[in-house]
Amino acid sequence: MTTYFNEMYEKGRVRPHYRQLEDWTKAMPAELREMKQAEAEALFRRIGITFAVYGEGGDPDRLIPFDMFPRVFTAREWSRLERGIKQRARALNAFLCDVYGRGEIVRAGRIPARLVYRNAAYEKSVVGFTPPKGVYSHVVGVDLVRTGAEDFYVLEDNCRTPSGVSYMLENREIMMRMFPELFRENRIEPVDSYPEKLRRTLASVAPAKCSSDPTVVLLTPGHFNSAYYEHSFLADLMGVELVEGADLFVEGEFLYMRTTEGPKRVDVLYRRIDDAFIDPLCFRPDSLLGIPGLMDVYRAGGVTICSAPGAGVADDKAVYTFVPEMVRFYLGEEPLLNNVPTWQCGKEEDLKHVLANLSELVVKEVHGSGGYGMLVGPKSSKDQIAAFRARIEADPDNYIAQPTLALSTTPTFVNEGIAPRHVDLRPYCLVGERIELVPGGLTRVALTEGSLVVNSSQGGGVKDTWVLAE
Amino acid sequence: MILTVEHVTCYRYNRPARALVQSHRLTPSTCAGQRVLEWVVTVTDGIAGGAFRDGAGDWIQGWTVPGPVSEVTVAVRGRVETSDQAGVLRGHRELTAPDCYLRSTAVTRADPALAALAAKADGIEQPLDRAHRLADLVAEAILYEPGATEAHTTAAEALKLGRGVCQDHAHALIAAARVAGLPARYVSGYLFTDAESADQEAAHAWAEVWVRGLGWVGFDPANRCCPDERYIRLGSGLDAQDAAPIRGIARGPGVERLEVQVAVQAVQQ
Amino acid sequence: MLSRTADNLYWIARYMERAETMARLLEVGARMSLLPSAHGYRNEWDSLLQASGTAGGFAQKYRHARQRDIESYLFFDLDNPSSVASCIGRARENARIVRTALTAQVWDAINTAYQELRALERTPRDRLELSRLIDWTMNKAAIIRGSIDTTQLRNDGWDFLNLGYYLERSDNTARLMDVKYYVLLPRVEFVGSGMDNYQWATLLRATSAHRAFHWAYGGEVTARKIADFLILNPQCPRSLVSCMDGICGHLKRLEKAYGRPSRPREVAEKLATELEALSVEEIIEEGLHEFLSRFILEAANLSGVIFESYLSGDVR
Repeated sequence: MTTYFNEMYEKGRVRPHYRQLEDWTKAMPAELREMKQAEAEALFRRIGITFAVYGEGGDPDRLIPFDMFPRVFTAREWSRLERGIKQRARALNAFLCDVYGRGEIVRAGRIPARLVYRNAAYEKSVVGFTPPKGVYSHVVGVDLVRTGAEDFYVLEDNCRTPSGVSYMLENREIMMRMFPELFRENRIEPVDSYPEKLRRTLASVAPAKCSSDPTVVLLTPGHFNSAYYEHSFLADLMGVELVEGADLFVEGEFLYMRTTEGPKRVDVLYRRIDDAFIDPLCFRPDSLLGIPGLMDVYRAGGVTICSAPGAGVADDKAVYTFVPEMVRFYLGEEPLLNNVPTWQCGKEEDLKHVLANLSELVVKEVHGSGGYGMLVGPKSSKDQIAAFRARIEADPDNYIAQPTLALSTTPTFVNEGIAPRHVDLRPYCLVGERIELVPGGLTRVALTEGSLVVNSSQGGGVKDTWVLAE
Repeated sequence: MILTVEHVTCYRYNRPARALVQSHRLTPSTCAGQRVLEWVVTVTDGIAGGAFRDGAGDWIQGWTVPGPVSEVTVAVRGRVETSDQAGVLRGHRELTAPDCYLRSTAVTRADPALAALAAKADGIEQPLDRAHRLADLVAEAILYEPGATEAHTTAAEALKLGRGVCQDHAHALIAAARVAGLPARYVSGYLFTDAESADQEAAHAWAEVWVRGLGWVGFDPANRCCPDERYIRLGSGLDAQDAAPIRGIARGPGVERLEVQVAVQAVQQ
Repeated sequence: MLSRTADNLYWIARYMERAETMARLLEVGARMSLLPSAHGYRNEWDSLLQASGTAGGFAQKYRHARQRDIESYLFFDLDNPSSVASCIGRARENARIVRTALTAQVWDAINTAYQELRALERTPRDRLELSRLIDWTMNKAAIIRGSIDTTQLRNDGWDFLNLGYYLERSDNTARLMDVKYYVLLPRVEFVGSGMDNYQWATLLRATSAHRAFHWAYGGEVTARKIADFLILNPQCPRSLVSCMDGICGHLKRLEKAYGRPSRPREVAEKLATELEALSVEEIIEEGLHEFLSRFILEAANLSGVIFESYLSGDVR
């Protein structure tokens, strides 16, 4: 029987930083709670937040369940996490700088050349080009889980365009609107500076050719995209234009947007669209979403693209294994955050171990996301395991395996009242001239009893995440 | 040898295009064996965009032509002094790791037939000898025949057909070399041909194979040789599309018609 | 602002105005069907379809013009691009795209209308009175219009919203009048009859101008007075002159804000000046239908110029 770390209780006694929340729930009658829950849902629907987190697709008008019970971190816990996350963000960017330059880490034999140079996400066309300030990944989303008081593990890094930050902001907004007293009684670090910090981060990496106040825009695939709400929400809060590919065009050395007053130059492009779709001239000739000639302007230093094309090579699940190595190699430090031990099914020895222990492991596709194409051994039937075994054997390179982690739980409102449910955490680290982390993040919660899968497509919800002031 | 190049491409649209964007890889590589005496690229009504040297050492120049536009002419005129380097690419500054060129693309993917072809060179210890053998095998397997294949023909299809042009030879050699674990890439450029082999096109393509200790070595299976003083190298890529001298897109409802004229001549000395 | 954003704002307004016109037309239809039926009620509903420019689409879908089908077609049917539901749906889609260019109140008003519409669609039709649907539409349109007026920043976006409203309104007023003259009235001998007057009065109702008209003119309702009211009277909010005045005002604001000469402003002012110089006699002399057809064309030309100059994205 696995025991799970309960973030609120320790041997039946409430931890000090959750004490006020305990009083709060005790004082709240069931009817009031139901009323508040309905109110929260109505608010979400009215604001129009109906989108799938992490690009899971599905019904565009779907609401992700919001759990009103906040998750709490102490200042001490957070400062440890913060240092670890920033360290990781620095190492990942140093890695990107390196592998698109001289590739010292490969030459030093610390990571196999094959994993880097033959990786589908490695973008040959940007070799030799260093983006402004040497930053490739301007928003690093680090997915974390907790297994003990001091034990945090990184599940994966998201160096391209991590989504879900609008939930962090909206969850807080709604909690403050519905329970102002909680924010008077607890000293909770604010998160609402995120959009302004993001804008400053983006402006700080404007290209050298930009003379004055840089014009930043947010590029969305369009209003049919499941994350469109988030794109428009962020653009609005940053006070920048939300553009689609057709709003932009290249002329001469620069990128412009089509406005009612004629062409207006764009200096920084915060794109929420994959590499493959940004420039049909360079990547997919069939893409209608892209801006022809953009990559030439970019590589000639006329515009900055955030995240930099090619940044995806750092958040590959196979490259993930080497992030602690990156921390040591580039920063000369010991990693502050643990990686989850990972077996590469592509390696013969690892594959043997994985196949022999399927019922205890979590197996994932290398390029999968959203909780699809994965096996949670301890929660699967014999038939499911047998079926998955066949898939792994057919294409071992495509899978990695990790031990089933005993994800921590936090109290969650469920039909029967309050019960512990498993959670993870995605904070958003900003990398520009400076590295910044807003105290908070997106907590996802597996609402089904016993479930370890927090993805919204698999019955997951979200919570407000508090970091208490000292 | 001093070669002159005149390469004119004319784009015509039946309905005016809203705008035209191009990316050129039209400048001779900076490497041993070729020295540019004169080189001018013009685009009618074009605005020159950013220019830079990419990781593979190629000089890339962007161009835009604001619309509405019905006709655009891209003209390349120049003189280059060349010398024979026995096919070896020397003095060429590039940063891209050779391992990148082990990746296959849609047109260079090896099917069982290409893999079988590559296997015929198994057992040859020296990578250089092996590359030569592969080039010979490709030349034997695919006869030079213009018109048998088209721009999108894959290496596997050309091999099955047994006929093709320089692009198909290069793709097949690249595919086979990659199967054999040798990084290989597509090179586009110009070729001077004398009267006897006049059916060869002046806009030419061949392959380069990475040979440890020696570097990139050119192979031209279509002519069963390695590039020499008759060749001018422009740039490289994973396949023909990736290495294209001109890549462009016109936005608009019109249909594009293309006319290309290339002449490479040797200057009397 | 982005040309596409301006375009979306402009279309939000056009669709909302169109939805409102459609609801007014339904009201006209409902009233006309209460008339003593001299020539069967089929014709009246037919003419309503003609007036809304949807007769072709309807005929493809239904064999007979039954009142219930027509109501459904004009209100709910998404196959009909001009139905109230289509218009509100498209207005909301445009609004969703430019969510950031709208105030929370405006978005809320549009989104709420859309959500309520979804609920109406799920309600059994026999529990929905036509009058309730009409009132609902007018009410929503007014709330949206009001929230635009009271909360939107008076920037260029506000101008594009208003241009959409005025252009659509002028087009609708012109078409409604034209339809009255040539379609609503089944036979020439009815001109000047009680039937004719009743229908003119109905037209006034369709433009929500019934009481205003009486305040302005008094006495008997005549075609002359109505033409004067709906075309030339600057007091009437839906008259062509009022619409043109609004269009010119917003184009002037844009010209000033952008600090560059504007061709749409020139075109609009020329059209407005010509209109103001006209008398109702001259219009009737030209022929009301001929005049209205000419106006509709010129207004369409003006929207074309506005599109080229501001919305297409090709402006240099």
